[in-house]
Amino acid sequence: MANSETNTIEELGVSNDYQYGFHDDVKPTFKSRKGLDEGVINQMCDIKGEPDWMRQYRLNAYQIFKQKPMTKWGGDLSQLDFDDIYYYVKASDQSERSWDDVPDDIKKTFDRLGIPEAERKFLAGVGAQYDSEVVYHNIVEELDKIGVVFLDTDTAIKEYPDLVKKYFGTIIPSADNQFAALNSAVWSGGSFVYVPPGVKVEYPLQAYFRINSENMGQFERTLIIADEGSQVHYVEGCTAPTFSSQSLHSAVVEIVCMKGSRVRYTTIQNWANNVYNLVTKRAFAYEDAQMEWVDGNLGSKLTMKYPSVYMMEPGARGDILSIAFASKGQHQDAGAKVYHCAPHTTSQITSKSISKDGGRSSYRGWVDVAKGAKGCKSHVVCDALILDKDSRSDTYPVIEIGENDTNIEHEARVSKIGEEQLFYLMSRGLSEEEASTMIVNGFIEPLVKELPMEYAVEMNRLIQLQMEGSVG
Amino acid sequence: MSTDLMIKDLHISVQGKPIIKGLNLAVKQGEIHALMGPNGSGKSTLANGLMGHPLYDIDSGEVIFSGVDVLELEPNERAKLGLFLAFQYPTAIPGVSLANFLRLAVSAVRGKEGNGSSNDGLIPMREFRRELREKMKQLGVDDSFARRYLNDGFSGGEKKRAEILQLAMLEPKIAILDETDSGLDIDAIRVVGESVNQLIGPELGVLIITHYPRLLDYIRPQFVHILLDGRIVESGGWELTQMLEAEGYDPIREKYGIDEE
Repeated sequence: MANSETNTIEELGVSNDYQYGFHDDVKPTFKSRKGLDEGVINQMCDIKGEPDWMRQYRLNAYQIFKQKPMTKWGGDLSQLDFDDIYYYVKASDQSERSWDDVPDDIKKTFDRLGIPEAERKFLAGVGAQYDSEVVYHNIVEELDKIGVVFLDTDTAIKEYPDLVKKYFGTIIPSADNQFAALNSAVWSGGSFVYVPPGVKVEYPLQAYFRINSENMGQFERTLIIADEGSQVHYVEGCTAPTFSSQSLHSAVVEIVCMKGSRVRYTTIQNWANNVYNLVTKRAFAYEDAQMEWVDGNLGSKLTMKYPSVYMMEPGARGDILSIAFASKGQHQDAGAKVYHCAPHTTSQITSKSISKDGGRSSYRGWVDVAKGAKGCKSHVVCDALILDKDSRSDTYPVIEIGENDTNIEHEARVSKIGEEQLFYLMSRGLSEEEASTMIVNGFIEPLVKELPMEYAVEMNRLIQLQMEGSVG
Repeated sequence: MSTDLMIKDLHISVQGKPIIKGLNLAVKQGEIHALMGPNGSGKSTLANGLMGHPLYDIDSGEVIFSGVDVLELEPNERAKLGLFLAFQYPTAIPGVSLANFLRLAVSAVRGKEGNGSSNDGLIPMREFRRELREKMKQLGVDDSFARRYLNDGFSGGEKKRAEILQLAMLEPKIAILDETDSGLDIDAIRVVGESVNQLIGPELGVLIITHYPRLLDYIRPQFVHILLDGRIVESGGWELTQMLEAEGYDPIREKYGIDEE
């Protein structure tokens, strides 16, 4: 086993800085043929034993997907070949609630990634998805008893059909964009979370996504419903082996924040740099509800992701923190969208991007204030740090305001690591690499301190890995 | 091994313009030297050049420190040999706390192979904190300093005290103080001066670079040099500062036939 991993990385001549780039030799129990048609979708529905409404939903979405032209804006998708992808790879027969029941070879992968260990320490619940299917899902007993639901979405369709059917696809319809349509057609896995009124989930729920197969498409679908006055923090992390050929990750995440609820959704995205990461994330926030996206993008070949908050009723609030780190061969097209659909709603977007070794990071933002939505406030801050002259940073902000009585601020700053800063730190004994890393860590510190401690440590470590060997 | 700083016939230029034009100076551990000169005489160029700032070009000459020619070394290698520069304008590093920065710096300078270092190559947190707290107390620096972002939003006086705190923690053999008194009021100069005084001893050599003799009221040098147009034109003792205090730089300029810039 150890040999095959080493080979995977070395044969390809790919830089092995990416420490999650190993591939485990797990034989899937089912793998659809390459490419996508109605036959593949029907086969998925049969294997999953899905109700008819979901089959129709998928087939309908597939028709929409076929009609959508290839997305032309954002990043370069010309190399993405939809026919060269496996849309459904099932590594295990069922989702287990006990870690001991997860097949050994899959368990080994997650052990190497430190997942069960993390659960024991500080999480209220953990889900783990391997290729297309969730292999493990569990929640602490106390939360289960008071009605908090944390399941993989496939199981939720069986156990909570009415709740899922009521909200599924209402926040992000199939026709929303090309990749939302694709996800709606072939989605598999993801998390379903329901938090009953007034319940505050103190510790984070975590989902872990792993792509193991080559040319794999992972299309998880997550739906979070925070009932009135409830509170929950959901955290996701993702990695994949380093293959020479492409993989596609295209998730849809829908969140409903009911009156007075508070949801925080944290992502540490660390895909290998052969993965196209094209994700649609959106939340509806009702009266006095608060939605926070904390979105860290360090991996992938191309990420296009703009978490959004629709503030539907007065008092709603949307906060989006975005960190993007684009290194060699990477394009992080990240950003945020906020829609003030009701009066007296507030939003804050904070974006920090770092570009290095020819990497490109773009901030793409949208602030929308509907006519009649009086007394809204929006504050956008974009900071870009460029580490060398080969790297690039762009900002594409759009502001659409249909209401005069509103307060919008937009600040953007681009900085380079200053010679004076480097000299100062080096004069105190730090190497150039240590000094640059310290400056970068300081740059993103305002965001990292918002993360739970374990993730903050992980984030700093990932930054350090990205920075290693960066200075000649 | 000698831990002197020996500067021999040093020439430094900035953007092609010669600034230091053949400077000779020797500073030993335990000695205090003052290098005084008017604006434009090359004081800061010398300080930055000695520490290895990439924008300052060494055209010729030698700088031997601890028996090593340091001119080929990176600034961090010079720091590890025991050279320290207290900056005239310390740079802010937003998001990096003074304590985190200092722990890395102290670990780097003391050597990662040194005893007591933990797995990550850093000196153990507990040991570091104790030492930092002691030094802060000794220098009368407020505890909150440690948590603040390095020089970010610091007042002029706070920046200079942070420099002296770094000096205290890094325990160099030779410290260069580049116009540490500039921009400070008389009370702040006293505080900084007294702080430096506490650190002076047989293990530390100091080169105080200054325009005005004020700081020298608190740190009494044994050797005083006058820098004019990139060269040391006079060397002596305390009497030179007395002379400058009374007459300014004009008589010296006249004597050496150098126009005011």
